[in-house]
Parts: sequence; C-alpha cells; structure tokens
Amino acid sequence: MSGTLRLEVNGQPVDVPDGASAAAAVAVLGVPFRRSCGGQPRAPLCGMGVCFECRVRIDGVAQLRACMTPARAGMRVSTDD
Amino acid sequence: MTEPVRRYDVLVVGAGPAGLAAARAAASHGARVGLVDAQPRAGGQVWRHDVRRGMPAMARRAFAALAAPGVDWLPGTQAVLAQPGWLLADGPRGALQLHYRALVLATGARELLLPFPGWTLPGVTGAGGAQALAKQGWPLRGKRVLVAGSGPLLLAAAATLRAHGAQLLGIHEQAPLHALRDFALRLPRWPGKALQALALRTRLAGVAYRAGSVVVAAHGDDVLREVEIDGPRGRARLACDQLAVGYGLVPDTGLAELLGCRLEAAGRHRRVAADALLRTSVDGVFAAGEALGIGGRDCARIEGAMAGHVAAGAEAPARALSARRRHARAFAGLLHETFALDPRIHALARPGTLVCRCEDVPLGALADLPDARDAKLASRCGMGACQGRICGTALAELGVCRPEASSDGGRRPPLFPVRLAALAESFTHDPQEKRP
Repeated sequence: MSGTLRLEVNGQPVDVPDGASAAAAVAVLGVPFRRSCGGQPRAPLCGMGVCFECRVRIDGVAQLRACMTPARAGMRVSTDD
Repeated sequence: MTEPVRRYDVLVVGAGPAGLAAARAAASHGARVGLVDAQPRAGGQVWRHDVRRGMPAMARRAFAALAAPGVDWLPGTQAVLAQPGWLLADGPRGALQLHYRALVLATGARELLLPFPGWTLPGVTGAGGAQALAKQGWPLRGKRVLVAGSGPLLLAAAATLRAHGAQLLGIHEQAPLHALRDFALRLPRWPGKALQALALRTRLAGVAYRAGSVVVAAHGDDVLREVEIDGPRGRARLACDQLAVGYGLVPDTGLAELLGCRLEAAGRHRRVAADALLRTSVDGVFAAGEALGIGGRDCARIEGAMAGHVAAGAEAPARALSARRRHARAFAGLLHETFALDPRIHALARPGTLVCRCEDVPLGALADLPDARDAKLASRCGMGACQGRICGTALAELGVCRPEASSDGGRRPPLFPVRLAALAESFTHDPQEKRP
C-alpha cells in the first residue's frame, strides 16, 4: 500500500488511502451521504454505481456517484445539499 | 480535445473478465477494438482494484488487453444511448460516439438486494457492495460486521472485509445445511472451485458460518445499531456496525434491452438470449459472461474470448472453447440449485417497508397494482435516480409489479442519467465531418 491523500468533506479535512473513492472519504467523516425525499439519512448500498444512494456534490458538480469517483488530493465533497 | 467520433471493428462494453477476454481475442485477429467501462478502472467487480492488495494476480494477464495493440481503452465512460451502429457514451473525454461493426455486451451482473425492515439504514449494504466499498478504502478497522444473504460471494466478501480490518460477527447463509452438504460433495468436479472455496475458508478461520440463517430486520435510529437474525437456533439480536447482505447476482441486461436484444427468463429475472456462438437476436451484437446468466468468473473469461473471436470474424477458435464453456456453465447450474432462495426471504418486507429507496415508496403502496407501469404512475416507484434498478429487480424477485409483465416493458433511453451537454454535443456534431 502506498500513501494517503487529503481531501475535504463538508469543509473538514479527511485522509484516505491512495486509490480510495470519494465514498470512502465521506464514510471516514461518518455523515449520511444524502437525505431521501422523505428526509431519511442514506448511505451507499450497492458500491458499484447502481443504487445512486451515494450521490454527493464534488467540486461543485451535483449528483455524482461517490462510489464511482476516485478521491483526489484537494477534492471538495459535500453531502446532503 | 479528443476525437468525439470513434470507429471500431469491435466495440466491447464492460471491462471485467468477459470484456477483457473479448477485447484481447478480437485484437488478436487484427481488429480495431474499443473497450469501454463506466468504472474508473478495469477489472469489473470480481477483479476490482483493492487499495491494500492491488490487482488480483489472476487478473494481471487479462489486464494486458488494455495495452494490446489495436485496443482503445476508455475507462470511466458510461454508455447512455444506442443508435443504429453506434453508442453514445459520456465520460472524462466528454461525449463520444462509438461506432462499431460488431458489439460485445460484457455488461456483467448486479447484486440482488432485497427489502426487509431497516434495510435503508446507513450501515446496511450489499455483500458484494461491502466488498466493493472496502476495496476502495471504506473504513472498516475494528468495525463489527455481519455478512448475510446467499451464495459463494458471501465468503469472498467476508474475506475482503476481514483483510481490511473488520471484526466479523459471522456469515449467515440462508441456504439450509443439507443443500450446502450436497454442494460440497459435488464440488470436486470443479477442482479449481474446490481449491478456491478451501482457500477462502482458510482466510476465514475462526469465523462462524451459519446455514439456514436469515437477517429479518436491521434496527437503529439514524444508523444501523442491531441486526435481527432468524436461524435454526431461533431469533437473536446482535449489536453491529455494518451489515453486508446480498442474495446473489442477476444479469445486467439494460444495454441489451436498449438495443432490442431478445431476453429470456432466468428464474425470476432475465438474461440475454444468445446462440452457441454467443450471437444475440440483433445482428452484429454478441454477449458474454454474466449478461447471459450468472456463471461466474471462469465462465465469463471463456465466453468473452469466444465472443471476441466471433465478433472479429473468427468462428473456429470460438468453437474450440465450447466444451470448456459447457463445463463452466454446469457449475453455475449447481450454484443455482444450492442457493435457491428460501420463501421466508420473499416475505421479509412488510407493507410499511420501503421498496423504492429513491422515491421512498413502501411495499404497501403497490398493493393491487398490476405492473411496473401502473406502479410508476400511481406511486412513483422506480422513477428516481436509480431508474428502478434496485426496486425493479427486488420486485421481480418478490413477484410484485413485475417489470417484464409491464405494458411499458423494455428500458427507455438514456440508460443512465446523462448531462444535457453530452446529448447536445453529440447530436449537433456531424459524424461525417472530418476533424483536423
């Protein structure tokens, strides 16, 4: 395993291993990924881009699947818009 | 700017074991090959890159296809529309028109995820889902994780979770003990599989494996706190941080449907229909691997090679693989028998249990609705971001509002949500126009 990289989730710094997904970074912070239309907290179910429960805003772009997005140093992720 | 219109002899969708083998086989005949996958890395689910362990050794040779002469590898690129002779795909290079003479569908499988009380709580994932998340750095160190559902994937998922530091509370397989015993007795016919099973059990030494044991509910306020199990020893509640529960795999037929390929029944789900040379009902479109029915990695590799050869116009090397294909498919048949779902699992969801997680639609809202179209119109079930992928598959398994019985049958484009700009770029650009 190589090093780690630092990104930002909801304004807070988070470190994840190189090669991790943005989803892993949100999980490290331990917040829900989104609220359902009925207001329930949600987090990833399928891990492979099918369920869309992990959608978040990444570098200003809304509705991206965090599980399909590799984390990059300096990336800004925000949950639950 | 990269070339937005690309032309291939053979276009392969999906870069798992089947797609990689198809690309390699087609390229070996000198074909110009495009290989596209929505994931940022090749390997599919079974060969997904692991942040701790890297790439599986077996995958290394297969991955050589990515750099083979004549292969254009397009990671992170999602096919969204099917037009005559080309697919529209969107990804890091913007919208692409991928034109082909022959198309190989190596779209793989999805996990069968079924509703039960509490399944929407954060902390509940699929079994394969948990494995995929773990491989991509999901924090598991010291977490109490229970693995449940059905099939050999539970062992593979559990081994990965343990390697990532999870404290495994046990593996709860719904299949009864006698079915598992019969399976073990017949396994030596596939020595490779028997060794694989043994290796997994070794990696899982000390972890309880319970047969006939079903997760009936997940409990928690805003995250998972406890899992409720119903097994041969009665009901129990276990404190738990993560529940990884999946009931096996179903073929991903979305793109095949969009192309108009004939599907056939595979239990309560559907698979792409193909002949002995893996030709689908649509001229020039081939399929390989899990899309043809769940057969596993070895089967996918063989079929991928077959489809790649035939797509490049070489039938003889494909025919030479037929016997190996039949042997691999026979193993899949054994799996289906062994891990057939207990009717208890179909009865877990209650009227108040959400089935559509995108639109928060409970099972009770679908009572008396005849098909998936009516369910959409009356309840919005299946109309959210996942476009019915999770609830539609679950409802097909439960036999409620079955999508294939719908007057709205077949998938509508786009296959996945797509940027409007991707559509605009592609349809305002003239494919005949030569770029400098």
